[in-house]
This record gives sequence, structure tokens and C-alpha cells, in this order.
Amino acid sequence: MAAKPKLYYFNGRGRMESIRWLLAAAGVEFEEEFIETREHYEKLQKDGCLLFGQVPLVEIDGMMLTQTRAILSYLAAKYNLYGKDLKERVRIDMYTDGTLDLMIMIARAAFQPPKEKEENYAEIMKKAKTRYFPTFEKILKDHGEDFLVGNKFSWADIQLLEAILMVEELDAPVLSDFPLLKAFKTRISNIPTIKKFLQHGSQRKPPPDSHYVEVVKTVLQF
Amino acid sequence: MAGKPILHYFDGRARMESIRWLLAAAGVEFEEKIMKTREDLEKLRKDGSLMFQQVPMVEIDGMKLVQTRAILNYIAAKYNLYGKDIKERALIDMYSEGMADLNEMVLLYPYLPSRDKDGRLTQIKEKSRNRYFPAFEKVLTSHGQDYLVGNRLSKADVHLTELLYHTEELDSTVLANFPLLKALRTRVSNLPTVKKFLQPGSQRKPFDDRKCVEIARKLFS
Repeated sequence: MAAKPKLYYFNGRGRMESIRWLLAAAGVEFEEEFIETREHYEKLQKDGCLLFGQVPLVEIDGMMLTQTRAILSYLAAKYNLYGKDLKERVRIDMYTDGTLDLMIMIARAAFQPPKEKEENYAEIMKKAKTRYFPTFEKILKDHGEDFLVGNKFSWADIQLLEAILMVEELDAPVLSDFPLLKAFKTRISNIPTIKKFLQHGSQRKPPPDSHYVEVVKTVLQF
Repeated sequence: MAGKPILHYFDGRARMESIRWLLAAAGVEFEEKIMKTREDLEKLRKDGSLMFQQVPMVEIDGMKLVQTRAILNYIAAKYNLYGKDIKERALIDMYSEGMADLNEMVLLYPYLPSRDKDGRLTQIKEKSRNRYFPAFEKVLTSHGQDYLVGNRLSKADVHLTELLYHTEELDSTVLANFPLLKALRTRVSNLPTVKKFLQPGSQRKPFDDRKCVEIARKLFS
């Protein structure tokens, strides 16, 4: 029987959180090894686990996979969350590239000094409200279906929900102008695997705090 | 019969060049609609042609595709440059993403303010010699095959070939200690489709010069 996937990362969201979401939504149990010291990080590098010397790292199916998008695409394909054909897959890729860009902006902002952080958050809110959310609201409006692509639950839906929740943490009423996204949020949150992941005690990580920023800066030495 | 793909971008490399390379390597003829003014970009936006209001955009198979990665993955899958199964695809993706990280530094270099260029060039030299090129040299050493994945040409080999040329333009001795990368570049460059693309008169773009930077500023600021 196959071992559970194992995630190597800091004890926080960063670039690993979308991977946690995807595994959880797919109902796949996973283990986590948290990197807390420089020594631990250097050991992973010396052991040859990190192709480019970087995390996230996911050990799965005999592979040491790095690069967030490579990992996400593999998981989406493996767990049938990548559409039924190439045309559906490219739509999922377009949508997830957009939402991932937005979430990486949010993850990066946590590491900025206060003034830049404020500017970044303002930029993020502007992009969410004028670029990304209107686009997804229109997609849902145009086909009137429950899910973004092919009338079937996919990686694109998981990641959009994750992005919505992250942006709401910065500005709670952000969905007030997007009724279909509001309904989408409720609908996807009620999928059993996702509902479970949204509850206390799951492997979902909280927003980055100063301790998390300290640990990452110390381990990665910047 | 399906029309040729149409690439919408300005007349420069930036984020469209890897798409040009991949189509060319796959032997796919394509057209380009070159944007010159802000109005050209605004027209595409108003038409609803740009999903996130951004370019690159490629019209292909009745779709208007945006997001460089999504476009590259579609082309690779369609033209059999994406490995034989999901495990090979995972390796191709992992390698391509690493290349994209280095390429991001390289493609943005011409567009940086002069005062930032030296620092970025140092970074590019350091990262290519110490992080990225050793990784790919090691992959080739480990299996001794002609191509990065599955003993067969894939998008990873095409992206790498492009990246090696472009990095060398900025750092002429960067490949000195990477014999297998040099050999792969030569091998891929000698494939008929790529050889043709490397000749003068092809749709390959030269190094982004001051004119490109000016146009990009007009379009995107």
C-alpha cells in the first residue's frame, strides 16, 4: 500500500498551503515535516532532496518533487481534478495561474516592512476587486454552472476558494459585489473534504505572523 | 482546416519568446499581431480578449489563451512535448519551473532601471552557475541520455536551450563548466525545426533593446 505523501516546509502557509488544500480536498491524508532550523534545511539540501535547493518539497510516489506548480499539477492529474481533456485543462491552468499569482503576492507581503506591506496589501485588494474576482464572477455567470470548468469539481475551484478566503482575511466584505462568488464560496466550503479541512484541528495553517516570518528569515538567511 | 495560432504581444522577447520557441520547435507555423500603442492593448482589453487584462495572449483552436505557463503547457501537450505519463510530466514541470525562475530574472533584465542592472546581473550569474545549471547538468549526468526526461525531446529541453542562449548573452563564460548542457544545446539546435528558427529571418526576436523598453513602458505603465 502506498505511503502517505510527505510535505517538507515551514509550519505556516507560504507556498505549501495550496498543496495542502488540494490534497485535503482530494481526501488524501498526508504527513508533514516542519523545517524550524537552518541545520534541518541544510541537511535536506545535502541529502540531495531539493533539486534547486528550495522548498516546498513533496515526497510522493517515489519522487522528491519540488516547485509548487509542478507539485500541484501532478496532484490535480493524479486525483482527477484536472478536467476531462486538454481544453478543460488549459482553462484550469489559466484560472489557477491567476489565483496562485494573487496568493503568492499575499504570502510575500508578510515579509515586507510595514510601509511596503500596506502598499502591497492595497495593490492586492485592487487586483482582487478589479481583475481577478470580476473575471471569475463573469465565468460563473456566463455558464451558470456550479463549478468553474466542465460542470465538475476541479483544482480551479479549490484554489479559487482558497484565494477568496485569503483575501477576505484582509478585507472581510470583499465579496459584497460578487454574488455568484459568494454562492460559490458557500457551495465549495460545504463539500465534505473541504468542510473538514476548514474545521479546527485540520492541517490548514493560520495566516503568517511575526514568529513565522522570523523562522523563515532565519532558515533561509535573508 | 484550423488556422495558424496568432500571438498577441509587442515586438520583443519578454514573456512571449518561450512560446515562440516552443511553437517553432514543434514545427508549428504561427502569426503575430504586434501591439505598438496603448490603444492596441486597450482594444484587446475592451474586446474581452484578455482574461486578466494581460498579455501574452495566444489565439489557438478557437480559444484565447492567456498566462504564459498555461499556454506553454497546452502547446506541449498538443504537440507531444510533455512526456508519456504524469510522472514524466511532473519531472518536466519541475525542471521547467526552475528554468522559469531563472528566466524571469533574465527576461526582465533589459527592463530594469540602469541603477539596478549591475546587482541583477550578479544575481543571474550566481544563480545560473550555482543553482540552476548544476541541477540540470546533474540530471543529464545521472541518466546519460540525450534529453532531460524520458529519453525524448520535451518542452523542458526546448526551454533549456533558449535559456542557455539567453543567459550566455549576459554572461559569456557561464557554460564553461557544464559540458552536458552545451551538448544538449547543440543537439536541440541541430533539430531541423530549431535550426530553422535559429537562422536569420525567422520569428525569433533579438535581445530586447531600448526601443522595446520604450514600447513596453508606453503599453504597460
